[in-house]
Amino acid sequence: MDDPPVPACSPRAPAPAERRILMRALSDPILKVQNLTMRFGGLVAVNDLTFTAGRGDITALIGPNGAGKTTVFNCITGFYKPTTGRMALRHGTIDIDAYVERLTDTPNDHLKSADGSLYLLERMPDFQVSARAKVARTFQNIRLFSGMTVLENLMVAQHNPLMVASNWTIGGLLGFAGFRKREKAAIESAKYWLEKTKLIDRADDPAGELPYGDQRRLEIARAMCTEPVLLCLDEPAAGLNPRESLELNALLRSIRDDHGTSLLLIEHDMSVVMEISDHVVVLDYGTKISDGTPDQVKSDPRVIAAYLGAEDEAEVEKIEAEVGL
Amino acid sequence: MMMEAPAREPVNFAGLLKDAAFAAAIAFGLFSLMLGLKTDQTLNNQMVLVPRPGLLAAVVGLVFVGRFLIGYWQAVNAGKITKRKAPATPLALKIEKYGTAAFVGFLFVYPMMVLGTAGPSGAIKWIDNLGIQILIYIMLGWGLNIVVGLAGLLDLGYVAFYAVGAYSYALLATSEPVREFMAGVVGPTFWPLWAFWICLPVAGILAAFWGVLLGFPVLRLRGDYLAIVTLAFGEIIRLVLINWVEFSGGYAGISSIPRPSFFGVPFNATESGFAATFGLEFTPIYRTIFLFYVILILALITAVVSTRLRRLPVGRAWEALREDEIACRSLGINTVNTKLTAFAIGAMFGGFAGAFFAARQGFISPESFVFLESAQILAIVVLGGMGSLLGVVIASILLVGGVELLRELDFLKAYFGDNFDPAQYRMLIFGACMVLMMLWKPRGLISVREPSVFLKEKKAVSSDLVKEGHG
Repeated sequence: MDDPPVPACSPRAPAPAERRILMRALSDPILKVQNLTMRFGGLVAVNDLTFTAGRGDITALIGPNGAGKTTVFNCITGFYKPTTGRMALRHGTIDIDAYVERLTDTPNDHLKSADGSLYLLERMPDFQVSARAKVARTFQNIRLFSGMTVLENLMVAQHNPLMVASNWTIGGLLGFAGFRKREKAAIESAKYWLEKTKLIDRADDPAGELPYGDQRRLEIARAMCTEPVLLCLDEPAAGLNPRESLELNALLRSIRDDHGTSLLLIEHDMSVVMEISDHVVVLDYGTKISDGTPDQVKSDPRVIAAYLGAEDEAEVEKIEAEVGL
Repeated sequence: MMMEAPAREPVNFAGLLKDAAFAAAIAFGLFSLMLGLKTDQTLNNQMVLVPRPGLLAAVVGLVFVGRFLIGYWQAVNAGKITKRKAPATPLALKIEKYGTAAFVGFLFVYPMMVLGTAGPSGAIKWIDNLGIQILIYIMLGWGLNIVVGLAGLLDLGYVAFYAVGAYSYALLATSEPVREFMAGVVGPTFWPLWAFWICLPVAGILAAFWGVLLGFPVLRLRGDYLAIVTLAFGEIIRLVLINWVEFSGGYAGISSIPRPSFFGVPFNATESGFAATFGLEFTPIYRTIFLFYVILILALITAVVSTRLRRLPVGRAWEALREDEIACRSLGINTVNTKLTAFAIGAMFGGFAGAFFAARQGFISPESFVFLESAQILAIVVLGGMGSLLGVVIASILLVGGVELLRELDFLKAYFGDNFDPAQYRMLIFGACMVLMMLWKPRGLISVREPSVFLKEKKAVSSDLVKEGHG
């Protein structure tokens, strides 16, 4: 049988003219991370990191192993409480800079205005970052509910709206029609994401039986079922073969373009990073060493030095050619 | 996906013959008494057995040939089927589907059956010692199943909630101020008659409250640590009951607890009693039968509620919690509330069972709520297969009913001497059974998980994939 057709996106990198040169991070930010520091005892995992992720951008966080990328993710999604720093996320068009100081002075973790809401992620417990601030994430080592079916995994992701529809279990226990209707809608939304990730044929199989690439896609589908405004992906292309990698690029683009979800991703696969990112932030030893469009970052000598650890220009070019930069 | 060429495998005749012989052997075993022997009367009214070897041979032969032909037909057709056959629903799910209705029906007629065969005096033992006792453990098992099987929180102190329920009912029902208050409000006979029906929900709510109280400090604990704290909690409740004599009566316990009435009609020999009201001759069996139905209904409520909860978001969150707590939090699930609801609902069913236990015994003391009880209930859940309702039933029948049946093996005295008491070997047999289980089926008797929702077909999930929970 034929391979499934590669989705309508060019497998080659688009010409520089097609790429949005101007990152939206500057004009329309969704997340502002300011002076984020995370210490574990004497170890400084993240050191005074400041960056902005734009709404509708795919922002890539890259850096050598141990640079502190996953620590940044864990801070943003509430799994770690940062030592110092502020992470402001907005829904709507509320002006972050105008309101963030005012919110910081209050003990609250969010602020509502006519234009939208502003959340301070460092003040929220992990589950509320997902439930209220609508930041979803995937994990470097896949964390699926392996003994539950693929469909059940996606239903668990819609826990909060379903919980409300079931009147906190009481209505559901009595079999109220409102809950059954909402559950059908939840199944429809799960079906949508299963079709989008090409997992619909395996909907009733246990998640633990899926091949590795499918599990990666299922984790993305599960995160999307929480209807996030910002999706954080921790190495989504790790362990994928080149074809799966191309499909992943198309999926991530579609999430950005069709759903208006902004993406923040950690990735080692440079073919993915350079191909789909609008904005790249480079970390080394917990410190930001470069920030800009993929082209800017690619030619930044500090990035090249950090990645390749080479002084000699000729050698750098040779290695660059090998890794496809 | 794969369009395999229809591969024609040679028909395995040896296998077919073996299969047919096996079916014939079963048929022989089944029919040798049913068809092979016929009871008949001679002219002087003597009963004789008439052997009918011809008929038996014909039936067994028919089964052999029939099985062989069916197998052959299947083998021939198997090559023609190109479409991949969907994996059949495992036997366990099938049993669960059809067996449940039959079993519940059997339970409803069980007291009548026993009454018919053993008579009113002999039936009490079978209904009370066997039926009610097993049903109490089934209900406790189903309650603990929510905490251990679904939410994956290892609770070694479940008997504490059983005790809370029992003492709640016993203390409220025998409390003098409550009785006087009720006498002042609705009349002197009201409280003793209705105490059980009013205290039953109260006992459940109090047990749920204690479940939440235990839940709070142990929220951060996982695995072995959680098990140790819950074990300690069970012991604390028991030691408080022993030592706070003014409150609970200490070792002496609480006696003359009012028995449940038939919704206001007491089971006694008076003119307003149950037997007189319904024009029956008074025997104590009516109360026992009534208690049997009460615990049966309570257990069925537990089963229906936990089955429904599994299909609700809260139930799915419990199972997700058992699988991966961090992933749950990343999806916006409040794991604190989810754990507390599991503890509370599990404890509530324990409380209901406890109130029933106190009402059935009429006397309770801390002796009934020792750690061994917790271990027994946990053994039932683990032996049955964590998360499976049917498994709990089978395990309860084996563990509780099996021990009761040991007492019936008096005939063994003929072989081993008069001092032989089979019931004394129950712990030995119990332990041996557990060892065998862990070798043969480490994930319990029913070791498949039924999905709570499906798109096209319900496929059972092998328990190899299901996590046991880390607390």
